[in-house]
Amino acid sequence: MIISRKTFLRATGFSLLVAAGKKLGVVFADAAQNAAFAPSRALTAGRWAMLVDISKCLEKEDCTKCIQACDRSHNVPEFTEPAHQVKWIWKASFENVFPSQQHDYVMDRLKEKPVLALCNHCSEPPCVRVCPTQATWKRADGIVMMDWHRCIGCRYCMAACPYGSRSFNWLDPRPHIAKLNPDFPTRTKGVVEKCNFCEERLAKGQLPACVEACPQKAMVFGDLDDPNSQVRELLRSRYTIQRKPELGTKPEIFYIV
Amino acid sequence: MRDKGIIYTVLIVFLGLITAPFSYNLIAGRTSKGPEIKLPVSEKNCVAPTEYMKESHMKLLVAWRDDLVRRNIRTFTAFDGKSYNIGLSSTCLANCHTSKADFCDRCHNYVGVQGPYCMDCHIDPKLTKGSRP
Repeated sequence: MIISRKTFLRATGFSLLVAAGKKLGVVFADAAQNAAFAPSRALTAGRWAMLVDISKCLEKEDCTKCIQACDRSHNVPEFTEPAHQVKWIWKASFENVFPSQQHDYVMDRLKEKPVLALCNHCSEPPCVRVCPTQATWKRADGIVMMDWHRCIGCRYCMAACPYGSRSFNWLDPRPHIAKLNPDFPTRTKGVVEKCNFCEERLAKGQLPACVEACPQKAMVFGDLDDPNSQVRELLRSRYTIQRKPELGTKPEIFYIV
Repeated sequence: MRDKGIIYTVLIVFLGLITAPFSYNLIAGRTSKGPEIKLPVSEKNCVAPTEYMKESHMKLLVAWRDDLVRRNIRTFTAFDGKSYNIGLSSTCLANCHTSKADFCDRCHNYVGVQGPYCMDCHIDPKLTKGSRP
Protein backbone atom coordinates (compact mmCIF):
# COMPACT_ATOMS: atom_id res chain seq x y z
CA MET A 1 0.00 0.00 0.00
CA ILE A 2 1.34 3.35 -0.95
CA ILE A 3 0.59 6.23 1.40
CA SER A 4 0.30 9.53 -0.32
CA ARG A 5 1.91 12.59 1.17
CA LYS A 6 -1.52 14.05 1.92
CA THR A 7 -2.70 10.96 3.84
CA PHE A 8 0.55 10.85 5.80
CA LEU A 9 0.24 14.49 6.86
CA ARG A 10 -3.41 13.99 7.79
CA ALA A 11 -2.61 10.92 9.90
CA THR A 12 0.26 12.73 11.66
CA GLY A 13 -1.88 15.74 12.42
CA PHE A 14 -4.70 13.58 13.74
CA SER A 15 -2.47 11.52 16.04
CA LEU A 16 -0.89 14.71 17.37
CA LEU A 17 -4.34 16.02 18.21
CA VAL A 18 -5.25 12.81 20.01
CA ALA A 19 -2.04 12.91 22.07
CA ALA A 20 -2.59 16.57 22.97
CA GLY A 21 -6.18 15.83 23.99
CA LYS A 22 -5.04 13.06 26.30
CA LYS A 23 -2.46 15.31 27.98
CA LEU A 24 -5.04 18.03 28.43
CA GLY A 25 -7.41 15.57 30.08
CA VAL A 26 -4.77 14.67 32.66
CA VAL A 27 -4.05 18.33 33.38
CA PHE A 28 -7.74 19.06 33.89
CA ALA A 29 -8.19 16.02 36.14
CA ASP A 30 -5.25 17.16 38.32
CA ALA A 31 -6.59 20.68 38.45
CA ALA A 32 -10.02 19.42 39.49
CA GLN A 33 -8.45 17.34 42.23
CA ASN A 34 -6.45 20.29 43.50
CA ALA A 35 -9.51 22.51 43.42
CA ALA A 36 -11.18 20.07 45.80
CA PHE A 37 -8.48 20.96 48.33
CA ALA A 38 -9.45 24.26 49.89
CA PRO A 39 -7.01 25.63 52.45
CA SER A 40 -9.16 27.11 55.17
CA ARG A 41 -8.88 30.82 55.76
CA ALA A 42 -7.14 31.33 59.04
CA LEU A 43 -7.95 34.09 61.50
CA THR A 44 -4.82 36.14 62.07
CA ALA A 45 -3.91 38.95 64.42
CA GLY A 46 -1.00 41.02 65.61
CA ARG A 47 -1.74 40.09 69.21
CA TRP A 48 -4.66 37.94 70.29
CA ALA A 49 -6.48 38.91 73.47
CA MET A 50 -9.64 38.03 75.35
CA LEU A 51 -12.06 39.98 77.46
CA VAL A 52 -14.25 38.29 80.07
CA ASP A 53 -17.34 40.11 81.31
CA ILE A 54 -17.72 38.80 84.87
CA SER A 55 -21.24 40.21 85.39
CA LYS A 56 -22.55 38.63 82.20
CA CYS A 57 -20.93 35.34 83.18
CA LEU A 58 -22.44 35.50 86.67
CA GLU A 59 -25.95 35.85 85.25
CA LYS A 60 -25.69 32.10 84.69
CA GLU A 61 -23.57 31.20 87.66
CA ASP A 62 -23.78 27.41 87.28
CA CYS A 63 -23.18 27.35 83.54
CA THR A 64 -20.14 25.34 82.46
CA LYS A 65 -20.73 25.33 78.72
CA CYS A 66 -17.39 26.97 77.89
CA ILE A 67 -15.50 24.49 80.04
CA GLN A 68 -17.30 21.55 78.45
CA ALA A 69 -16.73 22.85 74.93
CA CYS A 70 -13.03 23.31 75.62
CA ASP A 71 -12.59 19.91 77.26
CA ARG A 72 -14.36 18.14 74.44
CA SER A 73 -12.52 19.94 71.69
CA HIS A 74 -9.08 19.39 73.25
CA ASN A 75 -9.47 15.94 74.79
CA VAL A 76 -8.96 17.30 78.30
CA PRO A 77 -9.18 14.38 80.75
CA GLU A 78 -11.40 14.39 83.83
CA PHE A 79 -9.93 13.30 87.15
CA THR A 80 -11.85 13.31 90.39
CA GLU A 81 -8.69 13.39 92.50
CA PRO A 82 -7.88 17.14 92.76
CA ALA A 83 -4.12 16.55 92.62
CA HIS A 84 -4.46 14.89 89.22
CA GLN A 85 -6.84 17.41 87.65
CA VAL A 86 -6.05 18.89 84.26
CA LYS A 87 -7.47 22.36 83.63
CA TRP A 88 -7.51 24.52 80.52
CA ILE A 89 -10.36 26.83 81.49
CA TRP A 90 -11.98 26.63 84.88
CA LYS A 91 -13.89 28.57 87.52
CA ALA A 92 -12.41 29.76 90.80
CA SER A 93 -13.64 32.18 93.45
CA PHE A 94 -13.21 35.91 92.81
CA GLU A 95 -10.83 36.13 95.77
CA ASN A 96 -8.60 33.40 94.34
CA VAL A 97 -8.58 34.73 90.81
CA PHE A 98 -7.86 38.30 91.93
CA PRO A 99 -5.90 38.04 95.20
CA SER A 100 -4.67 41.59 94.82
CA GLN A 101 -8.27 42.90 94.67
CA GLN A 102 -9.20 41.02 97.80
CA HIS A 103 -10.11 42.72 101.10
CA ASP A 104 -12.57 42.04 103.89
CA TYR A 105 -15.43 43.93 102.26
CA VAL A 106 -15.65 42.65 98.68
CA MET A 107 -19.01 43.62 97.23
CA ASP A 108 -21.80 41.01 97.61
CA ARG A 109 -22.14 40.67 93.85
CA LEU A 110 -18.62 39.23 93.64
CA LYS A 111 -17.96 37.76 97.07
CA GLU A 112 -16.84 34.13 96.62
CA LYS A 113 -18.46 34.06 93.19
CA PRO A 114 -17.00 31.85 90.46
CA VAL A 115 -14.84 33.65 87.90
CA LEU A 116 -13.41 32.14 84.73
CA ALA A 117 -9.68 31.55 84.66
CA LEU A 118 -7.46 30.35 81.83
CA CYS A 119 -3.95 30.81 80.52
CA ASN A 120 -3.27 34.55 80.31
CA HIS A 121 -1.03 34.27 77.25
CA CYS A 122 1.17 36.86 78.93
CA SER A 123 3.20 39.31 76.93
CA GLU A 124 6.10 38.53 79.27
CA PRO A 125 5.44 34.87 79.99
CA PRO A 126 7.51 33.51 82.90
CA CYS A 127 6.81 29.93 81.80
CA VAL A 128 8.61 30.55 78.51
CA ARG A 129 11.66 31.98 80.28
CA VAL A 130 12.15 28.89 82.44
CA CYS A 131 11.43 26.11 79.94
CA PRO A 132 14.75 24.30 79.45
CA THR A 133 13.77 22.67 76.15
CA GLN A 134 11.87 25.52 74.47
CA ALA A 135 8.82 23.30 74.49
CA THR A 136 6.81 26.43 75.24
CA TRP A 137 7.30 29.72 73.46
CA LYS A 138 5.49 32.87 72.47
CA ARG A 139 4.21 33.05 68.94
CA ALA A 140 4.34 36.25 66.93
CA ASP A 141 0.57 36.63 67.36
CA GLY A 142 0.86 36.49 71.15
CA ILE A 143 -0.24 32.91 71.76
CA VAL A 144 1.88 31.12 74.34
CA MET A 145 2.19 27.85 72.50
CA MET A 146 3.31 24.42 73.62
CA ASP A 147 5.09 21.67 71.72
CA TRP A 148 4.10 18.54 73.61
CA HIS A 149 6.57 16.52 71.56
CA ARG A 150 9.36 18.43 73.21
CA CYS A 151 8.06 18.68 76.79
CA ILE A 152 10.19 16.62 79.16
CA GLY A 153 7.80 17.08 82.10
CA CYS A 154 10.21 18.96 84.37
CA ARG A 155 7.34 21.24 85.55
CA TYR A 156 9.53 24.37 85.79
CA CYS A 157 6.80 26.19 83.85
CA MET A 158 4.21 25.14 86.42
CA ALA A 159 6.37 26.59 89.17
CA ALA A 160 6.91 29.78 87.17
CA CYS A 161 3.27 30.41 86.18
CA PRO A 162 1.71 32.71 88.80
CA TYR A 163 -1.81 31.81 87.66
CA GLY A 164 -1.80 28.02 88.01
CA SER A 165 -2.69 27.77 84.35
CA ARG A 166 -0.60 24.71 83.69
CA SER A 167 -1.44 21.12 84.57
CA PHE A 168 0.71 18.03 84.69
CA ASN A 169 -0.40 14.62 83.51
CA TRP A 170 0.37 12.42 86.47
CA LEU A 171 -1.50 9.53 84.87
CA ASP A 172 -2.27 8.39 81.36
CA PRO A 173 -5.11 10.73 80.35
CA ARG A 174 -6.64 8.50 77.66
CA PRO A 175 -8.88 6.37 79.91
CA HIS A 176 -10.21 9.55 81.54
CA ILE A 177 -11.48 11.20 78.37
CA ALA A 178 -15.19 10.65 77.95
CA LYS A 179 -15.33 11.14 74.19
CA LEU A 180 -12.20 11.36 72.07
CA ASN A 181 -11.99 14.08 69.44
CA PRO A 182 -9.88 12.50 66.66
CA ASP A 183 -8.89 15.90 65.25
CA PHE A 184 -6.86 16.83 68.30
CA PRO A 185 -4.20 14.74 70.00
CA THR A 186 -4.40 13.65 73.61
CA ARG A 187 -1.36 14.04 75.82
CA THR A 188 0.63 11.35 77.61
CA LYS A 189 1.69 10.78 81.15
CA GLY A 190 4.55 13.11 82.09
CA VAL A 191 3.60 16.07 79.90
CA VAL A 192 2.45 19.54 80.95
CA GLU A 193 -0.52 21.10 79.18
CA LYS A 194 -2.56 24.28 79.13
CA CYS A 195 -4.92 26.43 77.08
CA ASN A 196 -3.63 27.09 73.55
CA PHE A 197 -6.12 29.89 72.72
CA CYS A 198 -7.59 27.38 70.25
CA GLU A 199 -4.81 28.01 67.77
CA GLU A 200 -5.96 24.95 65.80
CA ARG A 201 -9.41 26.48 65.46
CA LEU A 202 -8.06 29.92 64.54
CA ALA A 203 -6.12 28.24 61.72
CA LYS A 204 -9.45 26.98 60.38
CA GLY A 205 -11.05 30.39 60.69
CA GLN A 206 -13.07 29.56 63.80
CA LEU A 207 -13.26 31.43 67.10
CA PRO A 208 -12.08 29.69 70.29
CA ALA A 209 -14.42 26.95 71.47
CA CYS A 210 -15.21 28.68 74.81
CA VAL A 211 -16.09 31.98 73.11
CA GLU A 212 -18.35 30.21 70.67
CA ALA A 213 -20.05 28.09 73.36
CA CYS A 214 -20.87 30.92 75.81
CA PRO A 215 -24.64 31.51 75.80
CA GLN A 216 -24.14 34.90 77.50
CA LYS A 217 -21.54 36.12 75.02
CA ALA A 218 -19.49 36.96 78.09
CA MET A 219 -16.21 36.40 76.29
CA VAL A 220 -14.88 38.60 73.52
CA PHE A 221 -11.90 37.53 71.47
CA GLY A 222 -9.94 39.80 69.18
CA ASP A 223 -6.82 41.58 68.04
CA LEU A 224 -5.17 44.00 70.49
CA ASP A 225 -3.13 45.54 67.69
CA ASP A 226 -6.23 46.51 65.72
CA PRO A 227 -7.60 49.77 67.20
CA ASN A 228 -11.01 49.05 65.68
CA SER A 229 -11.40 45.55 67.11
CA GLN A 230 -14.22 44.83 69.54
CA VAL A 231 -11.67 44.06 72.24
CA ARG A 232 -10.03 47.47 71.89
CA GLU A 233 -13.43 49.16 71.72
CA LEU A 234 -14.44 47.57 75.04
CA LEU A 235 -11.07 48.32 76.62
CA ARG A 236 -11.59 52.00 75.69
CA SER A 237 -15.13 52.21 77.04
CA ARG A 238 -15.14 49.90 80.08
CA TYR A 239 -13.04 49.67 83.22
CA THR A 240 -11.04 46.45 83.03
CA ILE A 241 -8.76 44.57 85.39
CA GLN A 242 -6.14 41.89 84.96
CA ARG A 243 -4.91 39.06 87.14
CA LYS A 244 -1.90 40.01 89.30
CA PRO A 245 -0.77 42.88 87.04
CA GLU A 246 1.84 43.85 89.66
CA LEU A 247 3.96 40.88 88.57
CA GLY A 248 4.68 42.47 85.23
CA THR A 249 3.65 39.48 83.16
CA LYS A 250 1.27 41.67 81.12
CA PRO A 251 -1.66 39.24 80.73
CA GLU A 252 -3.68 39.34 77.55
CA ILE A 253 -6.87 38.31 79.32
CA PHE A 254 -8.87 41.28 80.60
CA TYR A 255 -11.84 41.25 82.93
CA ILE A 256 -14.80 43.61 83.06
CA VAL A 257 -16.02 43.61 86.67
CA MET B 1 32.75 -50.89 62.32
CA ARG B 2 31.31 -51.73 65.65
CA ASP B 3 30.61 -48.03 66.36
CA LYS B 4 28.30 -47.67 63.35
CA GLY B 5 25.25 -47.08 65.55
CA ILE B 6 26.88 -44.37 67.66
CA ILE B 7 28.38 -42.63 64.63
CA TYR B 8 25.07 -42.47 62.76
CA THR B 9 23.13 -41.39 65.82
CA VAL B 10 25.55 -38.56 66.55
CA LEU B 11 25.56 -37.60 62.87
CA ILE B 12 21.77 -37.40 62.80
CA VAL B 13 21.71 -35.36 66.02
CA PHE B 14 24.40 -33.07 64.59
CA LEU B 15 22.51 -32.56 61.34
CA GLY B 16 19.34 -31.95 63.28
CA LEU B 17 21.05 -29.31 65.39
CA ILE B 18 22.65 -27.37 62.57
CA THR B 19 19.44 -27.31 60.56
CA ALA B 20 17.41 -26.40 63.66
CA PRO B 21 16.90 -22.73 62.63
CA PHE B 22 15.36 -23.80 59.34
CA SER B 23 13.11 -26.46 60.80
CA TYR B 24 12.12 -24.12 63.63
CA ASN B 25 10.98 -21.49 61.13
CA LEU B 26 9.18 -24.12 59.08
CA ILE B 27 7.27 -25.34 62.13
CA ALA B 28 6.53 -21.79 63.29
CA GLY B 29 5.28 -21.02 59.78
CA ARG B 30 7.70 -18.14 59.26
CA THR B 31 8.88 -17.23 55.81
CA SER B 32 11.27 -14.68 54.41
CA LYS B 33 8.34 -12.97 52.71
CA GLY B 34 7.77 -9.36 53.73
CA PRO B 35 4.65 -8.12 55.47
CA GLU B 36 1.47 -7.83 53.47
CA ILE B 37 0.25 -4.32 53.97
CA LYS B 38 -3.11 -3.06 52.84
CA LEU B 39 -2.71 -0.15 50.47
CA PRO B 40 -5.42 2.49 50.23
CA VAL B 41 -7.89 2.00 47.42
CA SER B 42 -9.15 5.56 47.16
CA GLU B 43 -5.82 7.20 46.29
CA LYS B 44 -3.05 6.08 43.97
CA ASN B 45 -0.36 8.53 45.03
CA CYS B 46 0.97 9.24 48.48
CA VAL B 47 2.35 12.67 49.41
CA ALA B 48 5.77 11.48 48.23
CA PRO B 49 6.97 8.66 45.97
CA THR B 50 6.52 5.19 47.46
CA GLU B 51 10.25 4.51 47.72
CA TYR B 52 10.77 7.71 49.70
CA MET B 53 7.83 6.96 51.97
CA LYS B 54 9.10 3.46 52.66
CA GLU B 55 12.50 4.71 53.73
CA SER B 56 11.81 8.13 55.16
CA HIS B 57 8.17 8.50 56.24
CA MET B 58 9.43 9.21 59.74
CA LYS B 59 11.49 12.15 58.50
CA LEU B 60 8.50 13.51 56.63
CA LEU B 61 6.31 13.20 59.71
CA VAL B 62 8.89 15.02 61.84
CA ALA B 63 9.09 17.79 59.23
CA TRP B 64 5.28 18.01 59.25
CA ARG B 65 5.27 18.19 63.04
CA ASP B 66 7.79 21.03 63.10
CA ASP B 67 5.96 22.89 60.34
CA LEU B 68 2.56 22.69 62.01
CA VAL B 69 3.44 23.10 65.66
CA ARG B 70 6.39 25.44 65.54
CA ARG B 71 5.95 27.37 62.30
CA ASN B 72 2.16 27.35 61.97
CA ILE B 73 2.43 26.03 58.40
CA ARG B 74 -0.59 23.85 57.82
CA THR B 75 -0.44 22.78 54.20
CA PHE B 76 2.04 20.58 52.41
CA THR B 77 2.68 20.67 48.68
CA ALA B 78 3.44 17.17 47.45
CA PHE B 79 6.00 16.21 44.82
CA ASP B 80 3.29 16.18 42.16
CA GLY B 81 2.09 19.67 43.02
CA LYS B 82 -0.99 18.61 44.96
CA SER B 83 -1.70 20.23 48.32
CA TYR B 84 -2.60 18.45 51.52
CA ASN B 85 -3.57 19.52 55.01
CA ILE B 86 -0.83 18.50 57.39
CA GLY B 87 -2.06 15.94 59.90
CA LEU B 88 -1.25 12.38 60.85
CA SER B 89 -4.72 11.53 62.14
CA SER B 90 -6.75 13.94 60.05
CA THR B 91 -5.03 13.38 56.69
CA CYS B 92 -3.00 10.14 56.59
CA LEU B 93 -5.20 7.97 58.75
CA ALA B 94 -8.59 9.56 58.10
CA ASN B 95 -8.35 9.82 54.31
CA CYS B 96 -6.13 7.02 53.05
CA HIS B 97 -4.65 4.56 55.50
CA THR B 98 -7.94 3.90 57.21
CA SER B 99 -6.69 0.84 59.01
CA LYS B 100 -3.62 1.52 61.10
CA ALA B 101 -3.49 -2.16 62.05
CA ASP B 102 -3.32 -3.29 58.42
CA PHE B 103 -0.86 -0.65 57.29
CA CYS B 104 1.42 0.86 59.95
CA ASP B 105 1.36 -1.99 62.43
CA ARG B 106 1.96 -4.85 60.00
CA CYS B 107 5.26 -3.42 58.80
CA HIS B 108 6.34 -2.12 62.22
CA ASN B 109 5.66 -5.51 63.76
CA TYR B 110 7.49 -7.29 60.98
CA VAL B 111 10.68 -5.26 61.39
CA GLY B 112 10.30 -5.22 65.15
CA VAL B 113 10.00 -1.45 65.55
CA GLN B 114 8.48 -1.14 69.00
CA GLY B 115 8.09 2.63 68.97
CA PRO B 116 7.45 5.24 67.87
CA TYR B 117 4.89 6.53 70.29
CA CYS B 118 2.96 8.70 67.81
CA MET B 119 -0.25 6.91 68.62
CA ASP B 120 0.08 7.44 72.37
CA CYS B 121 -1.25 10.92 71.67
CA HIS B 122 -2.45 11.07 68.07
CA ILE B 123 -5.73 9.30 67.69
CA ASP B 124 -6.50 6.51 65.28
CA PRO B 125 -9.88 7.74 63.95
CA LYS B 126 -11.19 4.18 64.26
CA LEU B 127 -10.51 4.23 67.97
CA THR B 128 -13.09 6.92 68.56
CA LYS B 129 -15.89 4.59 67.53
CA GLY B 130 -15.15 2.30 70.44
CA SER B 131 -14.66 5.04 73.02
CA ARG B 132 -17.08 5.71 75.80
CA PRO B 133 -19.96 7.95 74.70
